[in-house]
Amino acid sequence: MSDIGWSGLALSLLLVAVAVGLSLRERLGLEGSIVWSASRALVQLLAIGLLLDVLLEPDVSIWWGWLWVGVMIVIAALTVRRRAPLVPGIVWLAVLAFAGSAAVTLGVLFGFGVFDLEIRTLIPLAGLMIGNSLAATVLVSRRLVAEFDDKREEVEARLALGQPADVAAHPYVRESLRTALIPQIETTKAVGLIALPGAMTGLILAGVDPIDAVQVQAAVMYLVLGSVATTTTVMALGIRRRLFTRDHRLVRLEAQAVGSV
Amino acid sequence: MQDDCITATPLFAFDDLTVAGVGHPRLDGASGAIPDDGVTVLVGPSGSGKSTLLRCCNRLEIPDRGAVRFRGDDVGGLDPLSLRRRVGMVFQRPTPFAGTVRDNLCVAEPELTDDEAATTLARVGLVTSFLDRDARALSGGEAQRVCLARTLVTVPEVVLMDEVTSSVDPAARTALEDLARELASGGVRIAWVTHDLDQMRRLADHVLVVIAGRIVHAGTAEMLGADAPVEARRFLRGEAA
Repeated sequence: MSDIGWSGLALSLLLVAVAVGLSLRERLGLEGSIVWSASRALVQLLAIGLLLDVLLEPDVSIWWGWLWVGVMIVIAALTVRRRAPLVPGIVWLAVLAFAGSAAVTLGVLFGFGVFDLEIRTLIPLAGLMIGNSLAATVLVSRRLVAEFDDKREEVEARLALGQPADVAAHPYVRESLRTALIPQIETTKAVGLIALPGAMTGLILAGVDPIDAVQVQAAVMYLVLGSVATTTTVMALGIRRRLFTRDHRLVRLEAQAVGSV
Repeated sequence: MQDDCITATPLFAFDDLTVAGVGHPRLDGASGAIPDDGVTVLVGPSGSGKSTLLRCCNRLEIPDRGAVRFRGDDVGGLDPLSLRRRVGMVFQRPTPFAGTVRDNLCVAEPELTDDEAATTLARVGLVTSFLDRDARALSGGEAQRVCLARTLVTVPEVVLMDEVTSSVDPAARTALEDLARELASGGVRIAWVTHDLDQMRRLADHVLVVIAGRIVHAGTAEMLGADAPVEARRFLRGEAA
C-alpha cells in the first residue's frame, strides 16, 4: 500500500510551484489564484479527512453517514441555485433531484449488495454521485430556461394549437436533457482509452489488484451515469412544471434572471 | 364609441381588462367588443396593448382584473386547450417547428391525412409539394403561410393574427391580407393586430383603436373616427406616436 506521508505531500507542492512559475513567466496574473486554490483544497481535504477519520471508527452509527449525505445534498442544491438562479424554488427542486437520484442509485448499489452499506462506502459513493451530477444538473437547468426563453414564441405557438404544456414543452426538454447527458455518455465511452479514471487510479496507487480496481471503477461509472440521468431528468421535469401554469400558459421569467443564463 | 354593427352577442367582449406590466400596465381597464363578423382590426401605436388584448382571447395571457367573454362565455371558465383550438393564433414572427411542413401540420392534428394536409395548404395558396419541404428553410412569407395553415388544421372559429406581416416582404404581406379576407368570406372570424393605418384601411370591416392599454374607439371601417375622442383621431390621422 502506498503511503506518501507528509514529506511526499510537501514535495508534491513543487508541482504547484511549477504552475505558479509558468504563470509568472507568461504574466498570466494567476499566481494568487493558484496558491489560494491549492491551499484551500488542501485545507478542505484535511478537514474532510479528519472528520472521516472520526466517522470511520468501528462503533460510529451509520446515521452519521446519512447526515453527511444530507449535508452534501443541501450544499449541492445551494450551488445549483447560485449557478442557475432563475427558476423560483430551484433549491427544493434540486434537493428533490439529488435525493431521488441518491435513493435510486445508492438503493441499487446497497440494496443488491454490490457494496456493503457502511460509512466507509456510503460517503465516498454518495460524494461521487452528487459531485458528478452537479455540473449536469446546472447545465440542464440553465439550458432549459434558455430554451424556453429563446423559443418562447415557438412554445406559445404549440400551446396556441391546443397542445397541453407537457406536450408543448417536450421537444425542448428532450434537447436540454440530451445536451446534459451526452458529455457523460462520451466520458463513459472513452474511459480507460484516454485516461484511467479517478477511483481506479486511487485503488491501484493504494496497492489494490488492477482487476479488483476495474470492478469497483465500473460500478462507480454506472453509479455516475445513473445518477446523472436521474438527477437531470427530475430537474428538467420539475423546471418544466414550474415554467408552466396549471392552465397551460408559459410563465414569463424576470428579464434580469433570464439575461444571466 | 360603439360599433353599430356589434351583434347581440359579440365574438369577444372585454370588460375592464387590466394586465400589469413593468413600469405601466399593459392593459389598463380595457372595455369593448370584437363583433362576430368579418375582419376586425385592432390598431394602435406600438406598446399600446393590442397584442396583450389578443392573447387574453385564447388565454395565453390572463388578466389581473376584468374578464373576456367568447360568444358569451367567460374564457376563464372554458377549458384552455379546447378554447385554443376554437380560437387559433398566428404570431408576429413565423414560428415553424423543426421538421417538414407535413410534420408542422401534424403537430396540430397527428392523424392528419396527406389529402387533408394538401387541402389545407391549398387554402393558404401553397402547392402540395411543400409538404416535404423543410419548414425552417422556407422564406418568411412561406413560413407564415405554413403557420396559418397549421392553425387552420384545428378548424378554428376565429384566427387571431398578431402583426403577422411585420417580418415579411410586400408581396407576402399582400398575400396574407388576401388570405385573411378569403377566410373571413368563408365564415372564419379574423382579429388582426397592426399599427399600420394603410393596412387597417385595406382589411378592416371593424376597427378597435387601442391606446395606452384602453380601447378608446370602436367603429366600422367606413364610420371610423366620426365620433372618436381626440387621441384616437390624432392616431388615425397618423399624428400620434
